[in-house]
Amino acid sequence: MALLEVRDLRVVFQRRGTEPFSAVDGVSFDVNPGQTVGLVGESGCGKSVTSLAIMGLLPARGNKVTGSVKFEGTDLLTLSNREMRDRRGRDLGMVFQDPLSSLNPVIPIGLQVTEVLERHRDMPRKKAMVEAAELLDKVGIPDPTRRLSEYPHQLSGGMRQRALIAIALACRPRLLIADEPTTALDVTIQAQILALLKELVQDTGTALIMITHDLGVVAGLCDEVNVLYGGRVVERAERHQLFAEPRHPYTHGLLASIPRLDAARGEKLVPIKGSVADNIPWDSACAFAPRCPNALDVCRQVTPALEDEDRRSLRCHNPVLPGTPAAQEVPA
Amino acid sequence: MTTLLNRKKRRIDDLAESAGTSLAADALKRMSRSPVAIIGGIIVSLFVLLAIVAPFITPKDPYKRYPELLEHSTAEFVPGPMPGFILGSDEMGRDFFSRLLVGAQQSLIVGVGATLIGLVLGMIIGGAAGAFGGWVDSWLMRFTDIMLSIPSLLLAISIAALASRGSQTTVIIAVAVTTVPIFARLLRGAMLAQRHSDHVLAATALGVKRRTIVFRHMLPNSLGPVIVQSTLTLATSIIEAASLSFLGLGDPNPDRAEWGLMLGIAQSRIDIKPELAFYPAIAIIIVALGFTLLGESLREALDPKNRR
Amino acid sequence: MTAAVEPAAADAPVGGSLVSVQDLKVHFPIKRGLIVDRTVGHVFAVDGVDMEIRRGETYGLVGESGCGKSTLGRGMLRLVEPTGGKVVFDGTDLVELKGESLRRMRRRIQMVFQDPMSSLDPRQSVESILVEGLRAHGLDKGREATGKRLRELLSAVGLPSTSLRKYPHEFSGGQRQRIGIARALAVEPDLIIADEPVSALDVSVQAQVVNLLEELQEQFGLTYLVIAHDLAVVRHISDRVGVMYLGGIVEEASSDDLYAEPLHPYTKALLSAIPVPDPEVEDRRERILLTGDLPSPANPPNGCRFHTRCPWKQETKCATDRPALREVRPGHKVACHWAEDIQAGRIRPHEVETVLVEEGGISPDVPLIGPSSVTEVLNP
Repeated sequence: MALLEVRDLRVVFQRRGTEPFSAVDGVSFDVNPGQTVGLVGESGCGKSVTSLAIMGLLPARGNKVTGSVKFEGTDLLTLSNREMRDRRGRDLGMVFQDPLSSLNPVIPIGLQVTEVLERHRDMPRKKAMVEAAELLDKVGIPDPTRRLSEYPHQLSGGMRQRALIAIALACRPRLLIADEPTTALDVTIQAQILALLKELVQDTGTALIMITHDLGVVAGLCDEVNVLYGGRVVERAERHQLFAEPRHPYTHGLLASIPRLDAARGEKLVPIKGSVADNIPWDSACAFAPRCPNALDVCRQVTPALEDEDRRSLRCHNPVLPGTPAAQEVPA
Repeated sequence: MTTLLNRKKRRIDDLAESAGTSLAADALKRMSRSPVAIIGGIIVSLFVLLAIVAPFITPKDPYKRYPELLEHSTAEFVPGPMPGFILGSDEMGRDFFSRLLVGAQQSLIVGVGATLIGLVLGMIIGGAAGAFGGWVDSWLMRFTDIMLSIPSLLLAISIAALASRGSQTTVIIAVAVTTVPIFARLLRGAMLAQRHSDHVLAATALGVKRRTIVFRHMLPNSLGPVIVQSTLTLATSIIEAASLSFLGLGDPNPDRAEWGLMLGIAQSRIDIKPELAFYPAIAIIIVALGFTLLGESLREALDPKNRR
Repeated sequence: MTAAVEPAAADAPVGGSLVSVQDLKVHFPIKRGLIVDRTVGHVFAVDGVDMEIRRGETYGLVGESGCGKSTLGRGMLRLVEPTGGKVVFDGTDLVELKGESLRRMRRRIQMVFQDPMSSLDPRQSVESILVEGLRAHGLDKGREATGKRLRELLSAVGLPSTSLRKYPHEFSGGQRQRIGIARALAVEPDLIIADEPVSALDVSVQAQVVNLLEELQEQFGLTYLVIAHDLAVVRHISDRVGVMYLGGIVEEASSDDLYAEPLHPYTKALLSAIPVPDPEVEDRRERILLTGDLPSPANPPNGCRFHTRCPWKQETKCATDRPALREVRPGHKVACHWAEDIQAGRIRPHEVETVLVEEGGISPDVPLIGPSSVTEVLNP
């Protein structure tokens, strides 16, 4: 049994006076212990909402969450707020994009770590302090004992993110969700944080859900990758398979549109035409059809289903044939 | 399926709008959908309408002392409602209801007058500080800080006291002066933020003249909070003017019908006929509420974050 | 495209120097104090930069946040005042210019900003955004000619001519960036400084804008200075690349040379840190992980600015002498005392002890502003 089984997760936002909007539209995936699963997509694809729904962190009002999120067999969506609070921190840890706003600015770092230890592991304050220092040391914060008494603004961005990871790891959660953990950081710091996450997964066997828009980050870190578009998974595969042979036109298009550091210069990038604003609803079509170079008539009439084939899941009527170079597109 | 239809409809709506909606048009459209704005708008427009037509619709002469009311008045009794006099007499034998109606006009003059003066002065100070920055900004802001640090009522009282004879103009000016630093600080802050915004930098980089940048980019984009503040100020200045009148710093002419003044005079008779204080107070509260609601919804509508 | 949009520079020889930045410095005072502001220190955002941009080329400037790359771009345009140095543009030192002559000169250097939403005035329609520059420089020649010109501009950046009456919020991020580019093009500049032109855009849209910039360069013979943190993007569109670290350029080379043979330790680390969307490459790559963080630009290290994090740091020189940018190969400059020895393998990398970086300085890219809200004003 998988550690986490997400089945048909839907999140519909409904604010007074506006149309209901499905941010997440039937997403299913599994996470096994020690596995790193990537959720990749652009802004508005539903990747962050998925993670918030799993963590039970969506605002209580204005949205409807359906489907199931089974963590070791327990459906997290059915738990009460109180039970969920116990789970968070103990079983599930989360690291957010902006380390400064995720830390309480008026409480010293140390206290923010020990708080979790005291609450979930019933540690006395003194012991928790020692443990906190060890945690900070483990995530690579130099001089951890001194750092315990410092405030978030006294740390640099990279150090704050490390502190946040330390807090998320304090109770040795079995699942860590990292939502764009390196987007706010510089590349050299990003490399440090990614190396740290990789090491933690290897050493502790924690499962990791990595949410990012950066395909480069995914390529080096994730075992399995879910590509999201318009709130649905459009392609899922093992990372080598996905990058070697992207079959969904969206995945294919994304890879063709980003400049690669190691590619020969002078090659033109092949952008995906249009923008997310051009999407059509999934209800009776493929949302990506208006931007898709492979679109057929059927794509605008029938919703494609997510079909499994050869260890890959694909939601497409007319997938890219293996070995196809990036399609030439006239810029929109 | 309904969602699909709705979405399609929305797309069509979007297309219809695509001729271009400016920020102001968009704000107006969203306000027209907000119940808070509608309630505020109704209250405020009724108030303004009343203020304009009040002199023509009063059932009785608000300034005349009616013998039929006076004959019933004693030191221990003020007549209540009676035929022809809906709310009865005030403490001096005049028609209370007519005076309440006319009071709307006076209160509007005080509120709008004080806010306008405060707004203009505040915008000149704040605009200059925001546009020039540097030492101009420093000195102007120190000046407004000093003004802010004096309790507004105290400031108003001192100004009213300085003018040897109380008058309505004194009250308006006194209230206006207390609102100046608020407007000045607000506009200055917004303009300084604009000064460093990318689109002002872009205009500078484009080689647009400084004056054009200030008046076409910085000022219009800074006005939102000021407009909102002025509706809120309108409400508070009516109350503040009322309290000045209540303290006897306004026009001493006993004929003048103004809610604050009426409230003030009513205190001597509050044990005999509490309505004399009650109705003007309610009127002030309702109008203040109307402006506040309008101001709040305006703030919401002008907030770019609320745009789709 | 018609000949109507033709910058003056198109006739000039390609390859000659268009801009020459000489020892440019931009220091921001850090002010404290209640009543009288006292200067308690400086943020050395740009601290002695030499750079030359040739006509018709794309010069890429990369570096991490806080390295001063944006300030350098803004200092060149005099959007922030340089503390010292020269910016010689087509023979004129921009730093010396004042008032009207500076304003007139601005027509020739335009800027494209990172955030296409905030760089467009939300109250202006596209038409008035585009006309503004024309008007400021007397290029607004009658209704008909201007209308024609606006349509040309829109078609050059790939927007429909119906866009003129719309407002910025009605466009997607990519389209807004096109408007920003059209605004810059409107005044027929010679040089466009693009500050992170694609980093605020969705990945699938970035390529559209990158391609557009390339097409426009070909069409109008533009010169670009592209400032970005993403070395992959910069390498893709630039002919030459300068790498900045803490206010100074540490390496400058052609795009290909820089990637093939980075000479400065920082460039090596930067290149190795950038993830490549290819698991095969990622699995094999060896990373040079830098320890610690960027020191505060308010308190930069002595000597070589990078020595506190450098795995190749030596006992001598590094901590005491600031290395000059010197040409070690034709067209390849580096500011490292030991570049040749490192390249030849005579110096091996070693462990670096992490130095604590105190966050006390003010980021040079974030300008200090006054209160911006009612609450802030009323609750100081």
